[in-house]
Amino acid sequence: MIRRLLAVWHARNLEFLRDRGSLIFTLLLPLALILGMSFVFGGPERAVFKIGVLTDDLGSIGHPFMSERYVDFIAMDDQAAAVRKVARHQLDLLLDQQGGAMRYWVNPDSPKGYVAERLLLQTDPGAQREPVGGEAVRYVDWLLPGILGMNIMFSCLFGVGYVVLRYRKSGFLKRLHATPITAFEFLTAQVLSRLGLILVVTVILYAGTSYAIGFHSAGNPALLLLIAAAGSLALIALGLTIAARFSSDELVGGLLNTLTWPMMLLSGVWFSLEGSPDWVRAIARLLPLTHMLDAARAVMLDGAGFTDVLPQLVFLALMALVLLAFGAWSFRWRTD
Amino acid sequence: MSAILEVRNLVKLYPRVTAVDGVSFSVEEGTCFGLLGPNGAGKTTTVEIMEGILPPSAGEVRYRGEPLGARFRSEAGILFQKTALQDFLTVRQTLKLFRGLYPHGYDIDELLALCSLQKLADRDNRKLSGGQQQRLLLAVALVNDPAILFLDEPTTGFDPQARRNFWKLIEAVKARRRTIILTTHYMEEAQRLCDVIAIMDRGRIIAQGAPHELLAQHFADVLIELPREDYTAAARALPLRVIEGAERVEIKTDDLDGTLKALMGVHVPLRRLRIRPPNLEDLFLELTGKELRP
Repeated sequence: MIRRLLAVWHARNLEFLRDRGSLIFTLLLPLALILGMSFVFGGPERAVFKIGVLTDDLGSIGHPFMSERYVDFIAMDDQAAAVRKVARHQLDLLLDQQGGAMRYWVNPDSPKGYVAERLLLQTDPGAQREPVGGEAVRYVDWLLPGILGMNIMFSCLFGVGYVVLRYRKSGFLKRLHATPITAFEFLTAQVLSRLGLILVVTVILYAGTSYAIGFHSAGNPALLLLIAAAGSLALIALGLTIAARFSSDELVGGLLNTLTWPMMLLSGVWFSLEGSPDWVRAIARLLPLTHMLDAARAVMLDGAGFTDVLPQLVFLALMALVLLAFGAWSFRWRTD
Repeated sequence: MSAILEVRNLVKLYPRVTAVDGVSFSVEEGTCFGLLGPNGAGKTTTVEIMEGILPPSAGEVRYRGEPLGARFRSEAGILFQKTALQDFLTVRQTLKLFRGLYPHGYDIDELLALCSLQKLADRDNRKLSGGQQQRLLLAVALVNDPAILFLDEPTTGFDPQARRNFWKLIEAVKARRRTIILTTHYMEEAQRLCDVIAIMDRGRIIAQGAPHELLAQHFADVLIELPREDYTAAARALPLRVIEGAERVEIKTDDLDGTLKALMGVHVPLRRLRIRPPNLEDLFLELTGKELRP
C-alpha cells in the first residue's frame, strides 16, 4: 500500500515541479502582492481614529466623547486582547466606563494615540490614564499571514480540486482504477503531495519576504508551520470533496470560485473584520481560512503559544477529517 | 485447459438503450479471444465490464472461478480504447509510476526493450506519435506481466506498417502463453491473432468459435468475383445470388461448376474472373447485414 501511495505521490510531485507556469504563479503572485501592498500602504495612515470601548452595547454609553466625528468606536469584550491591540497601535485608545468613572488605555509612542487622547481629555479632563507600551504593527506585518494564507487556499483548492477533475476527465483516473490502487491510497497521495509542496513554497515565501522587507514575528516558527499544515489539510480536503465526483469543468470551477471569493473577502486576508456586522463574522467563523489566519496572526503578532491557538487547530483538523472521509466516500473514478 | 475468465448472462442497461443483452462465454487460459462487431454493438461495454471498470446491470464475470477482486486487478493488464496519462512525465517515469502500483512485474528496461521504446525512454509522453503512444500504453498494460491482457481496438487509426509492428508485439505476448482479450473491427487482425472469435451485434453474441470453424459452419458457398463491366445483361438474367458493388460483382454459390458453366453459357468473359473462399468479413456481413468498418 505504501509503495503504491509513494508511486502516485512521486509522479504528482514531478508533474507539479515541471509545470513551470503554475509553479512560478504559486511563488511570484504572493510575493508581488506583499511587496506591492507594503509599498502602497507604507506611507502615513489615514486620519481616522479607531477607539475600542469595553462594553456589550455601544449605544448604552452616554459619554459626550462618543459623539465625536471621524472616530470609529468598536465594542470589545475581552480586556486583555483589547489592551494588546492598543500596545500594537491597532487601536488608538481603549475606553472603559463600566466602573463608573472613565478609564482609558493609550500607547504613548503612538502619534494617533496622542491626538485621540487630547480629544478625549477635552470632553472629560478627569479620565484616568493607563499607559501601555509596545511596538506598532505595520499593515504589512498584519497582511503577510493573509497573503500567505490566500496563496495556500488557492493552491490547495485549485491545485487539488482541478487536478483531480482533469485526471477524471482525461481518463487517467479510469486507467488507475484498473490497477490495484484504492481510492484511499490515491487521495492520500494527492493530499500528501500538495501538503508537502505548499509547505515548502510557504516556507520559501516566508523566508524570502522576511529577508526582503524584514517583517515582525513574535512567535514560534514551528507553531506557524503546524498552523499552515492544519489549514492546508482542511483546504485540500475541501478541494477534494468538491472534485470527488463531478465531471464538469464549469460546475467545479463555479463551486471553487464560490468558496474562494467569500474567503478572500471575509476571512480577513486584506482587512480586519472587527466592527463588521455579526452575521458577517458568523459566516467568517465557518471558513477554514479565517481560523488559519486568526491563529497565524495570534502567533506572529502577539507571540501566542500552542494552547492559545488550540481551538483553531482543532477546528481545522476536524474539518479536514470530516471532509476527507466524505470525499473518499463520494469519490468517482470515471465520468458518468 | 480451463477457463480463466467466465462471463455469465451479462446485461448492461442505460436509460434509453440495452447496451449488452444477455452475453455469456468463457475464455480459455493461453488463448486469444476476439470480440468483433459493428460500432455500437456493445463490445467496449462488454469488455469494460469484464475489466471490472463498469458494473453490470445483471450477470457476473468470474476470474479463475472467483468474482473480480484484488487478485484480478493485480494480474490483469488493460489497454483502453482511449487512455490519458499523467502530464509532464517521461516514458520511463510513466512506466515507473505504474510499476509502483503492482507487487510484481517487469523490470523497466526489459519492458522498454519489449515494446521498442528504449530510444524514447526520456521523452515527455505527450510528445509521442500515435503509434509510439500506443506502444507506451501497451507497455503500461504489460507492466505487471499480466496473466490476462485486454486490448480494446488497439490499432485503430494506425498505418499498415505500424499495425503490423504492433501485431508482432502482441504475438510475442501470445508466445508466452498469456491470455488475450481483443476487440477489433479489422478482420485481418482477428484472423491473424485470434484463436476464438465471438461476433456481437445489438448487445448479443450471434456467433462464436474458431475462425475456420465459423466459416465452415456458415458458408458452404464460395464467391465468384467479376468486374462490373463483365457482368453482362445476359448474365444478369441468370438466377444467381449476387451482391453488386461499385466496381465488382460477387456471386455466391455452393455449386461452382454449375455456376461457371451457366456464366460461360451466356458468354461472360472469364479473363478477369476470380474465385475466392469466404473470409471473416463476408461472415460478418452475412451475420449482421452491416459493413464492419464505419
